[in-house]
Amino acid sequence: MSYANDTYPQVPLHAAKEGKGQEPRLLAAGPDAGWGQHLDTFGPWDPRSAETGLLEQLTEAGLTGRGGAAFETWRKATAAAGSGRKGMFTARPVVIANGAEGEPLSFKDRTLLAHAPHLVIDGLAALSAALGGASMYVYAPAAGLPRVEQAVGERPRSKRIRMVQAPETFISGESSAVVNMIANGNAVPTDQRRRLSESGLNGRPTLVVNVETLAQVALIARFGAPWFRQAGTATDPGTRLVSVSGPAPARDVVLEVPGGAQLPAVLREAGMDPAALSAVLVGGYHGRWVRPAGHALSPVGPPDRTARPGAGVIHALDLQACGIQATARIVSYLADQSARQCGPCMFGLPAMASVLNRIAGGEINHRLAAELDRLGKLVSGRGACRHPEGTTGLVSSALEVFAADFRAHLLGYCTGPGGAAA
Amino acid sequence: MTTHLHIDWTSCDGRGLCTELLPGVLDRDDWGYPLARGKSGRERTDVPLRDADREAAHEAVRLCPKLALSLWDGEKPEPGRRRPGQ
Ligand code: SF4
Ligand code: SF4
Repeated sequence: MSYANDTYPQVPLHAAKEGKGQEPRLLAAGPDAGWGQHLDTFGPWDPRSAETGLLEQLTEAGLTGRGGAAFETWRKATAAAGSGRKGMFTARPVVIANGAEGEPLSFKDRTLLAHAPHLVIDGLAALSAALGGASMYVYAPAAGLPRVEQAVGERPRSKRIRMVQAPETFISGESSAVVNMIANGNAVPTDQRRRLSESGLNGRPTLVVNVETLAQVALIARFGAPWFRQAGTATDPGTRLVSVSGPAPARDVVLEVPGGAQLPAVLREAGMDPAALSAVLVGGYHGRWVRPAGHALSPVGPPDRTARPGAGVIHALDLQACGIQATARIVSYLADQSARQCGPCMFGLPAMASVLNRIAGGEINHRLAAELDRLGKLVSGRGACRHPEGTTGLVSSALEVFAADFRAHLLGYCTGPGGAAA
Repeated sequence: MTTHLHIDWTSCDGRGLCTELLPGVLDRDDWGYPLARGKSGRERTDVPLRDADREAAHEAVRLCPKLALSLWDGEKPEPGRRRPGQ
């Protein structure tokens, strides 16, 4: 696995299989869909129709953010709409399509931007209209912007959309980092006492929305909330894109799965045998390790039976791989990606990475596991963004799922390749 | 309504003046940064205060050399609203 994120791999589009799996919604227009294909597939639509009723539709649909936090979209939008109207001076709100995909194992957003840019632009226009004509921005990595610009050019009547390039860092998509980048050219999170929905870009009410979430908004604006709820479950309605990767020969693939999908079924659809896997990382580097069986992908539900999909990352580990080494590599990366602004994050994450690397490297010292636990508890909740607790969450899931491996490591043998049997 | 002491981690340099002024509220961590006693999660960034600590907290806000501290009144900030990639 490579952490280099400067190239955009050509991820194969998931072809719909007859009578099986979720029928594609977001990628229904097919590969490289231009304006014509977009209209043929989804039908004509006027952004002005979203001026009234869209927020109610989103509420009824129960759409949650697909960029990580799974926050209810209607709540965010309503907060921004409310702040715009408050007071004597009405500040024009801002809507930002967030296509920064800093998660090294995520590629669904760039896939969506490459193949269905018009759906994302529709969603952006819809929210802009619903907020009384909010300014529009698209924030995406360099490789993704030209396709969006081209798509904007293909549209007959498009309001102005400003394009801002996102740097390729893990933290560049955090919502305050997005606003900071657009305002000051510095993609690191800012201390936030006031919410972005109240005071964001230049003090205006600001809505930072993941690009897949916007594409879902576009579909809801066209086809309505009851249609949206035909897929998924009552508590996790609709579909989501997931970026699935795993041991060879499985190829990286983007799938569109219904809310509440069972993890083993998703793994099989991506060409993997759940029985040949030791663990699966769900939700990305701020997510958690789970066993391949017995979990549904859903932002809500009991942790023993559900795994939060976060930004839709699913990464499988085969039976031979050492989970501790894999986690140590990830935590080293996360420590390196700290924006080094907040003391506990700047010092605590490297300290955690160092302890984890000592365990992974075979140091026999019983106190290391307790020290890892202590450091995790020390840093969580203490940063301008959630990078510390995201990292801690991943580490504690590793301590749980790889408990036997930790014991083995601390007794001097690794159960991974070349080590004792699992 | 509870008064909260907000710590701006991007400004704090961890010399620990506040922990001297508010020993009952703030401890120091391994590196000197303020650590809210007995709190978990985001209550370590927006620390709810008892009335008895309000005065000392005002003093800490005034004396913090990095202007990293502030006070605000209100309920808990909504959970889950800050997350990279949101
Ligand atoms: S918590 Fe870490 S990643 Fe987040 S803003 Fe602070 S230093 Fe940067
Ligand atoms: S006094 Fe200010 S700068 Fe010093 S440790 Fe406390 S909050 Fe940080």
